[in-house]
Amino acid sequence: MGAVGESFAKLPIEAKPPLRRFHQARWDEPIIFDQSSPGRRGIGVPEAGVPAVELPASIRRETPPALPQMSQLHVLRHYMRLSQETVGVDLGIAVGQGTCTMKYSPKINDRFVSDPKIAELHPAQPEDSVQGVLAIYWQLEQMLKEISGLDRVSLQPGSGSAAIYANIAMIRAYHASRGEGEQRDQVITTMFSHPTNAASPKTAGYEVITLMPDADGYPDIEALRAAVGPRTAALMITNPEDTGIYNPRIAEFVELVHEVGGLACYDQANANGILGITRAADAGFDLCHFNLHKTFSTPHASGGPAAGACGVAEKLVPFMPGPTIEFDGERYFLDSDRPQSIGKNRPYLGVTQNVVRAYAWIMALGAEGLRQVAETAVLNNNYLMHKVLQIPGASAHWDKRRLEQVRYSWQGLYEDTGVHSEEIGVRASDFGVHYWTSHHPYLVPEPFTLEPTESYSKEDLDEYAAILAHVADEARSDPEFVKGAPYNQTVHKIDPTCLDDPEQWATTWRAYVRKHLS
Amino acid sequence: MRVGLIVNPVAGLGGAAGLKGSDGADVQREALARGAIARAGERAAVAVRALLAARPDATVVTVPGAMGESSVRAAGAVPELVACAPGEPSSSADTRAGVRALAAVDLLLFAGGDGTARDVLDAGPTAPVLGIPAGVKVYSGCFAVGPAAAGLAAAEFTGDTAEAEVVDLDEQAYREGRVSPRLYGTLTVPAARVRLSGRKTGSSGAAPETVEGIAREVVARMRPGVRYILGPGTTTRAVGRALGARSTLLGVDVVADGVPIGVDLSERALLDLVDGHEVEAVVSVIGGQGFVLGRGNQQISPSVLARVHGLTVLATRTKLAALGGRPLLADTGDPATDARLSGFVKVVTGYRESVPYRIVPASEECSG
Repeated sequence: MGAVGESFAKLPIEAKPPLRRFHQARWDEPIIFDQSSPGRRGIGVPEAGVPAVELPASIRRETPPALPQMSQLHVLRHYMRLSQETVGVDLGIAVGQGTCTMKYSPKINDRFVSDPKIAELHPAQPEDSVQGVLAIYWQLEQMLKEISGLDRVSLQPGSGSAAIYANIAMIRAYHASRGEGEQRDQVITTMFSHPTNAASPKTAGYEVITLMPDADGYPDIEALRAAVGPRTAALMITNPEDTGIYNPRIAEFVELVHEVGGLACYDQANANGILGITRAADAGFDLCHFNLHKTFSTPHASGGPAAGACGVAEKLVPFMPGPTIEFDGERYFLDSDRPQSIGKNRPYLGVTQNVVRAYAWIMALGAEGLRQVAETAVLNNNYLMHKVLQIPGASAHWDKRRLEQVRYSWQGLYEDTGVHSEEIGVRASDFGVHYWTSHHPYLVPEPFTLEPTESYSKEDLDEYAAILAHVADEARSDPEFVKGAPYNQTVHKIDPTCLDDPEQWATTWRAYVRKHLS
Repeated sequence: MRVGLIVNPVAGLGGAAGLKGSDGADVQREALARGAIARAGERAAVAVRALLAARPDATVVTVPGAMGESSVRAAGAVPELVACAPGEPSSSADTRAGVRALAAVDLLLFAGGDGTARDVLDAGPTAPVLGIPAGVKVYSGCFAVGPAAAGLAAAEFTGDTAEAEVVDLDEQAYREGRVSPRLYGTLTVPAARVRLSGRKTGSSGAAPETVEGIAREVVARMRPGVRYILGPGTTTRAVGRALGARSTLLGVDVVADGVPIGVDLSERALLDLVDGHEVEAVVSVIGGQGFVLGRGNQQISPSVLARVHGLTVLATRTKLAALGGRPLLADTGDPATDARLSGFVKVVTGYRESVPYRIVPASEECSG
């Protein structure tokens, strides 16, 4: 060994510098399909010792599936490498995925779902043999009824957006049952609401009306007055919005929509600022939904299977996705006899693993613990806001108190240095953290959105703020250096056009081969 | 790749001096007397540096002296020069002459503001262009968001183009407190690629907004027998295109039952066409201040508006976001008409998408 480069580590261990000397793993790993080698196997399956059963020709493949052929070690190594090239709660201070909420998912809950009693359940087992898991579904529904104040909760949706889609489907079925389905073709939402509140009704065929913020940063109530009418099907709104500002006139919003015969639907994907403090029903809402991963600590799934919960008031119960899970005092059973139901939202009961995790998380905390989650999340956010706003060039539009998150702006820093918020975020990744800017279009210029939740310690928040302060300082002294980042990351820069261009995007290997290799 | 560069060295002079613009030799002299420093050359150099960092093989072609050569040299590169002898100080005519001299390029970068963009437009550039923002007024859509972004966009230019509006204010009126943007025409620019890092998900909905969705919505809502007044602008012109009809960029047209019945109309001709019919007006937002009536569409006069039953405004959500919360403005010249129009107007932002947005008399907003 030579003494070139960094000095050897020696004892006693030297004090660490204020910022981590981080470097992400960079494996330059090929796609797994490119690693396939014909004939390679993970397991050698012994001869069965009984005659093979002939499958009917109608269900037999003529060509084998084009799956990668690999050994166990190489499969393990592939996924270990990919896992090292990520950011997230288990490795870093993941407060930068504001609105998406990265909180700690206790590992004990993973043990529960990998227990054979859950892991080996078959979704088509007879009711009598799955009373335990039906009890968990039923009890979680009772807890979410308490938390929302609404009358019934469905745990069938496979994601937050699927829950919002189930809500708009119920809204449509409700109006149709009253002969107003054709007439009520508009849904109202707000610019800083969870964007699925616009996307789901649009997908369902509704015209979408978006309210812009007023001078105080609240959704403009006068615009709502102008928008409501006989065509209003529903208001689909988030509160607090993505700015972290809580709309104190929310009950008035609901009332204005009720006055014209519309329904009010509360997006509580992220309920971290209000758990145990206020409830959807208290403001008069008819429906709400939760993303179990944003509030109740189940893992994010990024497109597949997460879990969502829809809460509804009595008048919407007939339209809930089915079957529902019922309890007669002795046994749990499925009720499929629901003629007005919008039908199944996903196969079988729902995403059982996440339902079990959310159940375990709520049971571990209890009612007081849930409220403490919200109080800690709000306190953490206000502490971090205090630190961030001390950085020259950082600001928060609208002088309003924030709950669990803040949409900040680097406008001042950009004007001084020409460095964009995206570039600051990329440079921050050289220290093992990252942040998300905002949905488009940017109403807050040069945005970044931070949400610390209850999971992070004061030291974590200090470290995060110190990284931002350091990068902002670099932007002032050497803007080109910041624009050249990242330097310590898995990849340098990516071209995002493949996300928007249908000719390019490929979410499966088959699509990739078709679009790029043939 | 050959990239042309033309710099308006006096662009931006009036801003720092509080003169709200730099049009004309007198204002430029006054600005210099107040100690203003010209920054356009510096900003052009930043763009050239970003261009060459991303694309070292690019050749920068420019004119001698302060209108280009100095910026390229300041960026540490050697320009290819074309014959052109700008005056000292340079004038609008020099910008136009420079643009014409730089015809043989793949893309023309110009540093300046809205006035410079007008000169570039007037010169009739043969290649696509992109503005390096360096002026006091930068309301036109043909500018990049910053000098480095302009250089980078030039480096990444693959030949895909879009149309961008050139808008300018009357500076004299602006100094007197009246904001009076006018649409002058369109320039061909590189198709914008939005800055997208930090995205949560990819979706076609987040792709750069187009006016086609807005046009589709307007056409879908058109009712038989109703006469629709289409104001000036690229968004309203897209409505005409969606109908397969001829319509003008700068003029006011009328369509009924999917067919144009009047093109590039005067107020008088408009009145003749709308009298005795159910009429709706479709207008777009002119410039960055939010004007929808009384700027560039004075033909849609108070008398015409008195016959209009419905007013629809067209704007992308990005354009509304750029207003930063300020209201839309009406300045028809008749306070009673402006007052009648004030309140919330439906702004169509896409197919089956709208935003109720506040519109106020311009006099109210300017005095407030």
